[in-house]
Amino acid sequence: MFDISSTEWTAIELSLRVATVATLVATPLGIGVAWLLARRDFWGKAVVDALIHLPLVLPPVVTGYLLLLTFGRRGLVGAWLADHLGIVFAFRWTGAALACGIMSFPLLVRPIRLSIEAVDRRLEQAAGTLGAEPWRVFATITLPLALPGVLAGMVLGFAKAIGEFGATITFVSNIPGETQTISSAIYSLIQTPDGDTAALRLVVVSVVIAMAALVASEWFARRALRRLHGN
Amino acid sequence: MLRVDVSKQLGEFAIEACFASEGRVTGLFGASGAGKTSLINIIAGLLRPDRGIIAIDDEVLDDTADRVHVPAHRRRIGYVFQDARLFPHLDVRENLDYGRRMNRLADDPAARARVTDLLDIGGLLDRRPGRLSGGERQRVALGRALLARPRLLLMDEPLGSLDEERKVEILPYLVRLRDEAGIPMVYVSHDAGELRQLATQVVMLKRGRVIAFGGAEVLPPAASA
Repeated sequence: MFDISSTEWTAIELSLRVATVATLVATPLGIGVAWLLARRDFWGKAVVDALIHLPLVLPPVVTGYLLLLTFGRRGLVGAWLADHLGIVFAFRWTGAALACGIMSFPLLVRPIRLSIEAVDRRLEQAAGTLGAEPWRVFATITLPLALPGVLAGMVLGFAKAIGEFGATITFVSNIPGETQTISSAIYSLIQTPDGDTAALRLVVVSVVIAMAALVASEWFARRALRRLHGN
Repeated sequence: MLRVDVSKQLGEFAIEACFASEGRVTGLFGASGAGKTSLINIIAGLLRPDRGIIAIDDEVLDDTADRVHVPAHRRRIGYVFQDARLFPHLDVRENLDYGRRMNRLADDPAARARVTDLLDIGGLLDRRPGRLSGGERQRVALGRALLARPRLLLMDEPLGSLDEERKVEILPYLVRLRDEAGIPMVYVSHDAGELRQLATQVVMLKRGRVIAFGGAEVLPPAASA
């Protein structure tokens, strides 16, 4: 039962790589967007907010198809990226990372935004009177104080990215070794006669990864809280 | 010299203030709601006046006619808030050092030692703000503002959140600060007794307007304070 085959390892390794890259690339962006939404009023803010949340409410297959239309070989952005920068998303693991990043973005942004909103603006003012330019106020006061939220967002985003299925399979298909993540491998195995045991193994692996992510986030949050309020 | 001539509308409330002060400690006196905090927020650059001028010596910090508004972080004006506002994730040493780092000043151990001695906070350096008493917090906030080497120090009821015992604990430090630090101060209070001990000049505010200006004699007599 616990003899994990090399195809399965490939899927596990790919899932971890896709989710890690998606989270690491999305985090700085997510912090920026969260800060904008928490601290700035601008024209079209409601639209930006809605756009970010769209992947949460759209059917994943729709998001995947929109990605294919935009970032596919013949897509508006995809063709340009392929011709000018040599970056191809369609049917590559990078495309899976893009799909996962977009699908997990709302879950990543929300805790960060909430924790930035919770940072006392009077502390930011105080930092200003001590000579800190706005970006340094952010780097030395806002961000460190919002760190628990950033970590929570990263863990949530990572968990979502590792479980993403609909948008990924629509956009980059289900190619073993290139775009077959744990989720799409399980899907294939269930469709195969005698695939049940292998599918179950991957299910156990998914549960373990998810639990580990939750425990890690809890641990980070506690440490961060101790650092902030403590003594 | 601090020159203030501004007006600012804040909802229903209007501030119209005009005074020029040469004193070492300018006391801003008035009941709560007189506009004292708003006025020093304007001086600090945290609030933008609708009209008028703020200048220190020859340097104009706000001039609405010329569209001049120097942002708070470039004013070199220290601010001690009523609620201290120490950074909770930094220990006392890092809080004290914050202004020096942000202003990119050279490390100055002598200045640090002088300020920690003056305020008696040498024993607190490794603590987090969460483990300080109200009076200790206020002293650290004072030290933090001083070590940023401001050319003017604003204090918004720094004793306001403290009980009588703590006030008596801090007041001597403020007197020492006035006599030794050589930084002009604007000291906001609704307590005439405090200002009588500290202020060299008094600006009396009522409903956003200056109603009296002069020495400590413009304060209400002790009996009615």
